[in-house]
Amino acid sequence: MSRFASTPAVEAKLRREAAAGAIFLGMLILILLPLFAIVAYLLWQAAPSLNWRFLFSAPTHGMREGGVWPAFIGTLYLVTLSLAVAAPIGVLAAVYLTEYARDNWFNRAVNMAVLNLAGVPSIVHALFGLGAFVYAARLGYSVLAASLTLAIMTMPVIIASTRQALLSVPHNFREACWNLGASRLQTIRTIVLPNAISGILTGIILQVSRAAGETAPIMFTGAVFYKAIDPGTLFPYALDEQCMALSMHLYTLSTQTPGVAASIPNATAVLLLALVFLVNSAAIGLRTILRSRGKW
Amino acid sequence: MNAIETRGLNLWYGDFQALRDVTLSVEQGAVTALIGPSGCGKTTLLRCCNRINERNPAVRTTGEIRILDKNIYDPDVSPLELRKAVGMVFQRPNPLPVSIYENVVFGLRLHAPPEARTRAALDLAVEKALTEAGLWEDVKDKLGETATSLQLEQRQKLCIARLLPLQPDILLMDEPCAALDVTATENIEQLIRGWQGAYTTLIVTHNMAQARRVSDRSVFMLSGELVELGSTQQVFDEPKDPRTADYVAGRYG
Ligand SMILES: Nc1ncnc2c1ncn2[C@@H]1O[C@H](COP(=O)(O)OP(=O)(O)OP(=O)(O)O)[C@@H](O)[C@H]1O
Ligand SMILES: [Mg+2]
Repeated sequence: MSRFASTPAVEAKLRREAAAGAIFLGMLILILLPLFAIVAYLLWQAAPSLNWRFLFSAPTHGMREGGVWPAFIGTLYLVTLSLAVAAPIGVLAAVYLTEYARDNWFNRAVNMAVLNLAGVPSIVHALFGLGAFVYAARLGYSVLAASLTLAIMTMPVIIASTRQALLSVPHNFREACWNLGASRLQTIRTIVLPNAISGILTGIILQVSRAAGETAPIMFTGAVFYKAIDPGTLFPYALDEQCMALSMHLYTLSTQTPGVAASIPNATAVLLLALVFLVNSAAIGLRTILRSRGKW
Repeated sequence: MNAIETRGLNLWYGDFQALRDVTLSVEQGAVTALIGPSGCGKTTLLRCCNRINERNPAVRTTGEIRILDKNIYDPDVSPLELRKAVGMVFQRPNPLPVSIYENVVFGLRLHAPPEARTRAALDLAVEKALTEAGLWEDVKDKLGETATSLQLEQRQKLCIARLLPLQPDILLMDEPCAALDVTATENIEQLIRGWQGAYTTLIVTHNMAQARRVSDRSVFMLSGELVELGSTQQVFDEPKDPRTADYVAGRYG
């Protein structure tokens, strides 16, 4: 037999290899297919309503006609406010947990609690928001109560993702800093945060889509079916007023409004998707820029 | 005066005792080699000298450490100030993920008052430190590049250079050549010998030949204990303790 010749055992190995490749590819297609199907279906159904007027006008005729502007603005409101609260608190808490807290049972328990909170279903946060913000804090059904509820919902995830980003900064950078006589704060400011920032921002921005998409937390605390606003103003909602929101609007159109043309809820869904897609692309773009700037 | 003096130094990582009653004196301006088998506590001892061990909550220390005749556990001693005077070089070169220039001025940015941080002053400090570390000619045209564009030897020199603007008295070097090839090792050794008493150097090495080449005095440690301390010539050629004799003859570790 010649040297390096193939044997039946090798042939069998190669056949298994080919089969495995085919199965992995098949799984990928299985995942991608429904994804494309959803988007294609939505676009097709939404086509008659997809125009700028739909975005910029208010719903009319008992929401059976017109656009989604008040809901769109409401969603922007809720998301911005909730992240303005959740992001700084979440990031600072994560910095404390990773850079300052000692490794004792209490802090391990806190970490476990944060991870578990990140997995709590949104309806639970909704109930908490209703009890804590609407009633106990007497904020009533309002933009503020809804935003705070969304903040409570997103904060544990922001803490967890920020911690991950901070932990991925190699320990020997910290050692190098400390050995030059840097305090913890100086180390964090000059080395840890700049190297973790892209991961931190990605984590925060991913929560934008989550805050924009959830219905339960805002339905319980401050979102309404319908609210007339002055179409000319950019800030139509006061903090103590209720507001409309895209996710809530979609729910209303699909379940509470008989006789609505199919294109309207579908166009609303497309808008929500587009918003999420835009935000996530921005996250990826930002990360690429930050990575290349801090490249080393 | 001794640059470093420890008396009855014990150190525990949790329940594990890594240093046992270490009493040591390191002569000022000399190069002292710290030798001993793996795990005998060389790194641990080094890390005591600038109190960096304290960052590890599991560490407990008893005994006395005097640096330049000052007990570093005195209440008026700030570890941050201490670390300016006692610089450390690691086994794996660990430049910070910023430019070469910023690596060198990092210490000044942390400690120097604003008026000492003018562009001109920083430029001067960079040139001086890099020249002293034998790196200036290699990098003077690419100071803005990130430190990872450098080769291993250059990175290690950069790690040495970044200590110098703080005008340290003592340099602790933990196997500074372990990751380097023969030529690079020679260059670093040349650097150390060239200091001529400007710094007190305590260098850990597994390389017996290196210890002989660079050091004036040698310390041999075993299982957390200090076994022998003397001139390098004496420790290697006429060791008093049989364990030292075995080790320097290469019979274990
Ligand atoms: N952070 C730590 N936690 C617990 N034990 C440690 C820690 N660091 C070191 N040790 C233990 O302390 C002992 C001394 O370690 P040290 O790193 O000082 O040895 P070393 O002489 O530097 O060894 P090497 O030559 O391998 O670098 C070893 O037994 C080690 O396992
Ligand atoms: Mg070591």
